[in-house]
Amino acid sequence: MTNVAGFPLLSLILFLPLVGAAVLMFVPKNNTNAIRWIANLCALAGFLVSVPLWFWYNSQDASYQFVERLPWIPSVGAQYFLGVDGFSALMVLLATLFGSIAILSSWTAITERVKEYYIFLLILQTGMVGAFVSLDFLLFFLFWEVMLVPMYFLIGIWGSDRRLYSAIKFFLYTLVGSVIMLLGILALYFYNHSVTGVYTFDITQFQNLNVPFDLQWWVFLAFFFGFAVKVPMFPFHTWLPDAHTDAPTAGSVILAAVLLKMGTYGFIRFSLPILPDATRHFVPMMVTLSIIGIVYGALCAMAQQDWKRLVAYSSVSHMAMVMLGMFALNPVGIMGSIVQQLNHGISTGALFLLVGNMYERRHTRQISEYGGLSNVMPIYATVFLIMTMSSIGLPALNGFIGELLILQGVFVANKIWAAFAASGVVLGAAYMLWLYQRTMFGKIENPKNEHLQDLNFREFATYAPLLILAVWIGLYPKPFIDRLQTSVDRVVIRINPEYRAQAAAAVQGGQR
Amino acid sequence: MPPGINLSDFYYLLPEIVLTTGALLLLLADLMTPRDKQSILAWVALGVLGATAVALIPVADANIQVSRGLVAVDRFALFFKVIFLGSAALTVLMSVKYLDVEGTRAGEYYFLILCATLGMMFMAGGTDLITLFIGLETMAISFYILAGFLKPSRRSNEAAVKYFLLGAFSLGILLYGMSLMYGLSGTTNLRDIATALAGQESDPRLVLAVILVVAGMGFKIAAVPFHMWAPDVYEGAPTPITAFLSVGSKAASFAMLLRIFVEGLPTMRVSLSESTSLTPSGPEVGWGMLFYVLAVVTMTVGNFAALTQSNLKRMLAYSSIAHAGYLLIGVVAGTARGVTAMLVYLFVYAFMQLGAFAVLVLMRRHDVVGDELKDLNGLFFRQPFAALAMLLFMLSLGGIPPTAGFMGKFWLFGAAIESGYVWLAVIGVLNSAVSLYYYIRIVVYMMLKNEPAGSEPRQSPAMAFALGVAVVATLVLGVYPQPLFEFAQSSAATLGVSAVAQTLP
Repeated sequence: MTNVAGFPLLSLILFLPLVGAAVLMFVPKNNTNAIRWIANLCALAGFLVSVPLWFWYNSQDASYQFVERLPWIPSVGAQYFLGVDGFSALMVLLATLFGSIAILSSWTAITERVKEYYIFLLILQTGMVGAFVSLDFLLFFLFWEVMLVPMYFLIGIWGSDRRLYSAIKFFLYTLVGSVIMLLGILALYFYNHSVTGVYTFDITQFQNLNVPFDLQWWVFLAFFFGFAVKVPMFPFHTWLPDAHTDAPTAGSVILAAVLLKMGTYGFIRFSLPILPDATRHFVPMMVTLSIIGIVYGALCAMAQQDWKRLVAYSSVSHMAMVMLGMFALNPVGIMGSIVQQLNHGISTGALFLLVGNMYERRHTRQISEYGGLSNVMPIYATVFLIMTMSSIGLPALNGFIGELLILQGVFVANKIWAAFAASGVVLGAAYMLWLYQRTMFGKIENPKNEHLQDLNFREFATYAPLLILAVWIGLYPKPFIDRLQTSVDRVVIRINPEYRAQAAAAVQGGQR
Repeated sequence: MPPGINLSDFYYLLPEIVLTTGALLLLLADLMTPRDKQSILAWVALGVLGATAVALIPVADANIQVSRGLVAVDRFALFFKVIFLGSAALTVLMSVKYLDVEGTRAGEYYFLILCATLGMMFMAGGTDLITLFIGLETMAISFYILAGFLKPSRRSNEAAVKYFLLGAFSLGILLYGMSLMYGLSGTTNLRDIATALAGQESDPRLVLAVILVVAGMGFKIAAVPFHMWAPDVYEGAPTPITAFLSVGSKAASFAMLLRIFVEGLPTMRVSLSESTSLTPSGPEVGWGMLFYVLAVVTMTVGNFAALTQSNLKRMLAYSSIAHAGYLLIGVVAGTARGVTAMLVYLFVYAFMQLGAFAVLVLMRRHDVVGDELKDLNGLFFRQPFAALAMLLFMLSLGGIPPTAGFMGKFWLFGAAIESGYVWLAVIGVLNSAVSLYYYIRIVVYMMLKNEPAGSEPRQSPAMAFALGVAVVATLVLGVYPQPLFEFAQSSAATLGVSAVAQTLP
């Protein structure tokens, strides 16, 4: 475990947004332009300092990289222990990228209490990055919970309609899940002490621990509540449509692109490698819930009258697909699951941005209010088309790579599961294309839509990196897959130690 | 020099002596202070508390019993004395403007706060039933008067009478239990009692004594079902006194509870008479089991009752009942870690609870009582600093990192899991999730509705300082709790917890 940067790069990425938030506190609140510029520059800087994670990352090195390790609370064995592997490095990049996109997209959308808004967004970014880079369980939990409060206020203060209800629902759902997870963390902590005699929250230590099945069973359930609420898995998903619908655009974007990934990240980073026996034991339950999520989420999406709610339900379906790929428990499925997490962030993040742009212009999200928009907003319609295609997994775009890998992995694991997964892809195409048709095609029926402005330069700038990524991952995913390989191996070696040997034998047999 | 008294005793009791002398000097100063310069007395009181704190320094590392075993001067007592002096000082700071608004005399008020503090110090240091009881009485009587200090207010009078009657009744029960303990062991010294009563665990008279003492202490810490007085008293008493009552009195009562049960009755923890049918038989029956039930009932009832309150002082009263429930988890665990967790929690609880009450005191103006939930409307835009502070205290009371409250809760639940009380921990975390609903509701009122009512609240420098201290402590101890953990660990170690740990299976 090394740090090739030679300086605390991860700490820089982690605390830069927080410094920005602190600076904002001293800017007079009436000077909204200065506040906007400072917030945007901080967020952009926050992204730029994370770029070295892409270039300096060594995909041959299987251990955690950019490691920083300092004592934090020695009397309980907690450390300030940061480090990334390929998976978390990409997640950090996703978080910083969307942090800056979310802040850029808010320039005209937020006119009230501007200062507090940006402060909360920047604190949120520190929380997200912190959860991805922590290698100490207590530190991880701290950042995990830190994310809750700013998100609560983003929904509760700047949201629409039933914002108070949605904000409290989001808060309580996530909180109940995570406090139960905390008990699981404590159980592991004391078990580790009883075996090794050392009090530590070191995740790398836990990943090498052989926990007895009884304890694994309980801890898996505790973690399940924490992570499944966040993903969200059926039947814990009901907070998501409310929170997404009532959140301001930037809130929805961050929620969809990054916060939901916390749940899947948690499963791959903690549940699978630390609790491999319980993971295998719970496969039927997890797969059943995932399949229900895929189909149910898609059917709900199809029934929505509200544009944003439709995208929200599509998230439920897509994230269930991610879970299904993961619980195929083979390298291809897990790889697909991770790649699809990135893809879901890119495409769904963009879809929420698109809804937000339209809401800013028309102040309604009813699909029936729209129609024929491609006539007046060609650039908007093009971006929307590409992101729709990305979301439904059209070849040459990013969604295809992820879905292909997931389907491949699931097919190897169980052909019936694969049939359900494929149905999710079909239903996804149906509701997304139907949405596109209802809003973009045809003649303009509603006179209010006749003089809508197309995307301006700032709005297009929020999509540009996402469009590039969508095409890049779609055509040449190798750099991403290379970076993820060691992360996937780390999980597989724990969950299915013989897999490598079997695969090698199979290849040899084929050659003979 | 009477036999058994050493000159060195006075050296070890110097902090208490300083405090007593200072309190009497304060009364003299009161006589010489003109009516319009009453705020000087607050600085005198702060000076006395500061001098007491300084007097603690030379005896900080001591670990002995003085005055023929009546009082222990050890780290455990020291830890609590720091809490008492700190919370008394914050209470004085937040009282300056409040007394001015209420128009009451300050001399006796500050004198009684110092007397209550003195009583608490003996409750933490006492190793003899007599010392503990006298400390408790000193504190309780001061609080009876302080609760009714707003003479024109009917609520304040009602609070004082209720508190006095129920308090006297519960003290009687406690005293009855103590007299049984004395009768069975022939001594009032806790460590001698522990030796004398070892092996007699199934004596029904001893069981009765344990139950009576649990009930008496249950009243002082406001554990359900002995909590009925708390909401009324908290609502009616002057707000700074409510704050002090819910922090200082609670911490002192927990200190006394730990002294009696962990030092005096360690063997009764698990083996409270399999022969009596009062409790279900099993390996874990004893005061451990009694407190288990009390903990579960207390936190659940406290939190659910708080959900429906619209008066902030009542809400915080029920919340403080719930916190007593969390603290009892540490007693149930009964290990060194459990006691450490309780000490940590009481320490951070002092700051977050006093901070929350400080905001309520700030809301008190000449024309507004300011203790209803709706009085907080739009506070975020009128008093951003106070509102942010309140947000922090609410998150901390709810146990959300990176606040001190999280570090406290985290250790309490950790202690429960380590000792095998997983379900207790589960009930605890679910309760803290429930509690966040009403803590967040306060935040909702502050931030999301903008309807100013009455005159603007104004900060006094003393109040701003008190709030600042509470905010900094809540944040710093949430991010870097290491010094506190170390202090609490070394303090818990002096309580003779090891004796309890040995009785664990």
